[in-house]
Amino acid sequence: MSTFDDPFDSDRNLQAGCVCGQHRSAREHEQAASALRCDPVESEEKRYEGVVASAVMRAMFPQDVARRAFLKSVGASTALAALSQFFPLKTATEVFAQAGAPEKKDLKVGFIPITCATPIIMAAPLGFYAKHGLNVEVVKTAGWAVIRDKTINKEYDAAHMLAPMPIAISLGLGANAIPFAVPAIENINGQGITLAMKHKDKRDPKDWKGMKFAIPFDYSMHNYLLRYYLAEHGLDPDIDVQLRSVPPPEMVANLRADNIDGFLAPDNICQRAIYDGVGFMHILSKEIWDGHPCCSFAASREFITTAPNSFAALTRAIVDATAYASKAENRKQIAEAIAPANYINAPVTVLEQVLTGTYADGLGGVKTDAKRVDFDPFPWQSFAVWMLTQMKRWGQIKGDVDYKAVAEQVYLATDTKKLMTEMGLSPPASAYKSFAVMGKNFDPAKPEDYVASFKIRKSS
Amino acid sequence: MTSSLRLRAGLVSIVLLAAFLGIWHLATRSTGTAATMSPEYAKLMGLTATQGKSAMPGPLDVGTKLWEHLKRPFYDNGPNDKGLGIQLGYSIARVGTGYLLAVLVAIPLGFLIGMSPLLSKALDPFIQVLKPISPLAWMPLALYTIKDSSVSAIFVIFICSIWPMLLNTVFGVASVRKEWINVARTLEVGTVRRAFTVILPAAAPTILTGMRISIGIAWLVIVAAEMLVGGTGIGYFVWNEWNNLSITNVIIAILLIGVVGMLLDQILARFTRMVTFPE
Repeated sequence: MSTFDDPFDSDRNLQAGCVCGQHRSAREHEQAASALRCDPVESEEKRYEGVVASAVMRAMFPQDVARRAFLKSVGASTALAALSQFFPLKTATEVFAQAGAPEKKDLKVGFIPITCATPIIMAAPLGFYAKHGLNVEVVKTAGWAVIRDKTINKEYDAAHMLAPMPIAISLGLGANAIPFAVPAIENINGQGITLAMKHKDKRDPKDWKGMKFAIPFDYSMHNYLLRYYLAEHGLDPDIDVQLRSVPPPEMVANLRADNIDGFLAPDNICQRAIYDGVGFMHILSKEIWDGHPCCSFAASREFITTAPNSFAALTRAIVDATAYASKAENRKQIAEAIAPANYINAPVTVLEQVLTGTYADGLGGVKTDAKRVDFDPFPWQSFAVWMLTQMKRWGQIKGDVDYKAVAEQVYLATDTKKLMTEMGLSPPASAYKSFAVMGKNFDPAKPEDYVASFKIRKSS
Repeated sequence: MTSSLRLRAGLVSIVLLAAFLGIWHLATRSTGTAATMSPEYAKLMGLTATQGKSAMPGPLDVGTKLWEHLKRPFYDNGPNDKGLGIQLGYSIARVGTGYLLAVLVAIPLGFLIGMSPLLSKALDPFIQVLKPISPLAWMPLALYTIKDSSVSAIFVIFICSIWPMLLNTVFGVASVRKEWINVARTLEVGTVRRAFTVILPAAAPTILTGMRISIGIAWLVIVAAEMLVGGTGIGYFVWNEWNNLSITNVIIAILLIGVVGMLLDQILARFTRMVTFPE
């Protein structure tokens, strides 16, 4: 659903009321339409053209009645032609797409080679950065701690981070407290619990007592989701099982060596274990929480204030790439674009299975789930609140937490909303939404109650 | 007699290599179809799962891949994918820089300490504590304070190659024969001239031995440091291929690291021979 009304449609109202007539205002209509997701529009050029044309039409006909009358009398195509004569729409569209000139054009963006980084990576080979006037070098990085240090060191202007990492860095957990911000979520879903082949009959987590699991990083959705999943099945993740921080490629090797029993890892690693015949997919993380955030696109506050236009252009490129990646028909092309050694460096078959969602489950079956990994950039502040509740629940933060303040400081929903609207996308009206994790409802307005409602948690 | 010994040794080497490659080849043969699976499913799976191919590559796989790399060692596909020649170049440049800096610091300092019993005693505890620290333990600290990963890598090389050089220089300088120094003294040779004309030639073999140990350590460390920081270099290449679980490429990298390490050692060994004199 586009926020953009075709300004040359005489039945459209540019000012007030809504298109479908069922809502009192366009705002309300938008809200209903984009209730949970912000869907991208067909083509970016069309979108920008729409934005510019809307603005011009609005400027020429401040009175909506006059515009309607004009359109009715001459017809939309004539109007467009007439307008183009006086106003170079094409040029204006190009200028608009570039927005303010970036202060710094040559940027470095760090990434970890997993499919979560898809929009960041593919924006380079598919030209999304270039389109927004940037010359971005995407640099592969050896691990989460290194990506954190290099971004803090300003070797990278922005980076691919796990969704909770910018919160942790801003709070000074496991690092110096440095204000970081998230203008866009990299991907939603896109992880899974993979178990060693020998456990193929142990599908009930209640039988997992004493097992060893690997996660990639402490401040990660992987950690929180695995703990959540285990705890919902009555296992205390700090007592009944062993959780180890292990770099993803070593997870596959350790699984093969029978050193761990399973892992909750980002994708292409889960699929890689299956591809190599050492594990099977127990569940997708999507089955724990459908639509959960996984990785984020993050930059320091300092970069945002010193180079606001560069930052805006970067965010635009990422949002654009995310919109492109969210479409199923582009996924095969993306898999091919990001598979080479310069980017993820993985077999195309593996990436294709992850991105298209038609995959071998490791037990001899072929499963299909088009939303196995999905892309939706909007940085819901309620996501941040949820992560904070889990940090509190597992003792990573202690004492009183101002959930809302932290969420709003780190997850830049307002700025992103403005940017997305300018781009002709329809972001949701509010930055908070409630959602359910394993059937349990989460109300972002009552985080303390939520933390208190869990039976299994670290006593603080 | 010596030539026949050489010949025989060479023959034994070749036989050992052939036996090693043969056993390796046999041990990593594929075992045929691993399990029956539908063709649709098999298409989504890798060779280890479908054909029971060993997870370890055989010598033939490694050979073919090595040939591919050697055919185009200097390709450049963007910041994260460069030819093996370029990667080795980066590593050697880092080792060279860090090592040269260490030479510039260690040898004059070693001279100073070696010639002054007071300094030698005073600095000894510090050196003893700093020497056994694993170079990689410095890495997080370096990254944190220097705030630049390639400079940090060079710093790590510097800090790891300085100690053997320093200690050997101190030892070499301190154990120059007393008679020679006394002769120089009676001839009223100045301190600076004494250092260059008497002590330096006498201590040179020991100093160079220290330098040879250092270059070995530096080459050991650079690979690990680059694996940790990423970016460029042969260590990064190993990490990148490990990330792809491509054991073939990891083996190739190991082989090349070995060859370059040997060459570096040989160069220093030649220098050592040049300055050694029969007494």
